Amino acid sequence: MQNLTKQLKTTVLYGIILQKILTSSAFAQTNDSIFRVDRINALILVVVFSTTILLYTRWARQGKPLFLRKIPGLDAVEEAVGRATEMGRPVLFVPGIAELDEIETIAGISILGRVAKITAQYETPLNVPVRYPLVLAAGQEVVEQAYIEAGKKDLYDKDTVRYVAGEQFAFTATVNGYMMRERPATNIYMGAFFAESLLLAETGNAAGSIQIAGTARPEQLPFFIAACDYTLMGEELYAASAYLSKEPVMTGGLKGQDFIKILITICILLGVILVMFGFGKEFISLFQSV
Amino acid sequence: MRTTVPVLIAFISGIVLVVSFFFRKGTWLGDLEQEFTVWLTIVGGFTLLLGVVSITRVNWTAVKRKKEGWKYKILTLIAIFAMAIPSVLSPDWSPLFGRAEGSIYDWLFQYQMSPMMATMFATLAFYIASAAFRAFRARSLEATLLLVTATLIMLWRIPMGEWFLNLFPGDIPYLLNTYIMGGINMAVQRGIIIGAALGAASMSLRIILGIERTYMGKG
Repeated sequence: MQNLTKQLKTTVLYGIILQKILTSSAFAQTNDSIFRVDRINALILVVVFSTTILLYTRWARQGKPLFLRKIPGLDAVEEAVGRATEMGRPVLFVPGIAELDEIETIAGISILGRVAKITAQYETPLNVPVRYPLVLAAGQEVVEQAYIEAGKKDLYDKDTVRYVAGEQFAFTATVNGYMMRERPATNIYMGAFFAESLLLAETGNAAGSIQIAGTARPEQLPFFIAACDYTLMGEELYAASAYLSKEPVMTGGLKGQDFIKILITICILLGVILVMFGFGKEFISLFQSV
Repeated sequence: MRTTVPVLIAFISGIVLVVSFFFRKGTWLGDLEQEFTVWLTIVGGFTLLLGVVSITRVNWTAVKRKKEGWKYKILTLIAIFAMAIPSVLSPDWSPLFGRAEGSIYDWLFQYQMSPMMATMFATLAFYIASAAFRAFRARSLEATLLLVTATLIMLWRIPMGEWFLNLFPGDIPYLLNTYIMGGINMAVQRGIIIGAALGAASMSLRIILGIERTYMGKG
């Protein structure tokens, strides 16, 4: 705790020094200034956030035990693949319908690697329909690597990850058709989903599949919660790869993230109190950006 | 080499985009963000060929092996090429080519694809009904609360329901809007959004610094 307080003080001190430097005459905002002084609060947040994550990663690397709460949806992945193996049916994995430049898709692809490793070990067929060619390339690479690491290279089929359609509802129709025909035992949806979330999840439910979903889109979460057995909400999706890997270096990042969450909660509470007593204007302006 | 180069590219791209955010547009550093987006589009354009090859191979294999439903796969293949080929041919050769109004592409898009997509979207209403039926069963206190809240919100969102709620004293629509949608619902949504944003930032940082390599199948 003492160590943590010390590190926090150092981080805040660095932030203040940086703010002073950037608001000094050398960087003062003029019409021809190239630096966005109005975004200095964002820069401070980036510095504090990065420092915290790196500190926790370092502590994790040094062997400091870090507690991670249980995420039932992720614990259920292996069990769900096992069910598919017992039933002799395939596993369906949908890494969302967004492009690879969306961090949710990257999170989905990361989880795909873990799922592919389990399906390779269990020799269970895996089907990964994708909507974008870039996701196809990344997905194929990840799945092939997973099969190699599981020592089952000969079982890898290049068409495990396949491009089905570029249009949202054409993609949905293809995946729904596959679910009703092949009746996969397990459906895993991880990534960015939009209006098709309920179409996919309800069809999977009707097909009798065990379903695990994860998305960071709050507007799609109720649909997944209603139709799936397990749902990863928001940050849990991004935590999945670290959680499944159990690598201390990656879990360190999650702890750092929790620490920033505490800082944000303190800021929110402080803001509420200051606004209640009429001093909130200046405090709020610290967090506003143009 | 297969790991180092992608990690290096991710590091440089990530750092450049972060730095670019803090510089004005019109400066070399400030415009790098736009430049990288253009590169992404170009790379994405090249990979489109991968998609076409994948979809053709999968469907053609199914047709060749006469797998179940192979006749539909022929239709898929015909649809892909019937839409793609005329759209890339020059409209100077025939008004049926290209993507202008009256072309084959336009006709297929307007009268085949659009209605089919609209139909798929419209079926969502039935899926919502079946999901709501399952979710809103009053099996416990929490489920009952959900049922009551959802019923009130759904009533409020339709004109006839709003008229019905206004028959009661106390301006129920206002209370629903202020306390449920603007209060509880908004607070929960913001909580999820803050958590997700931090998760996304943390994961981005792990990727930029090469700590997380699972997206390449490593680690």
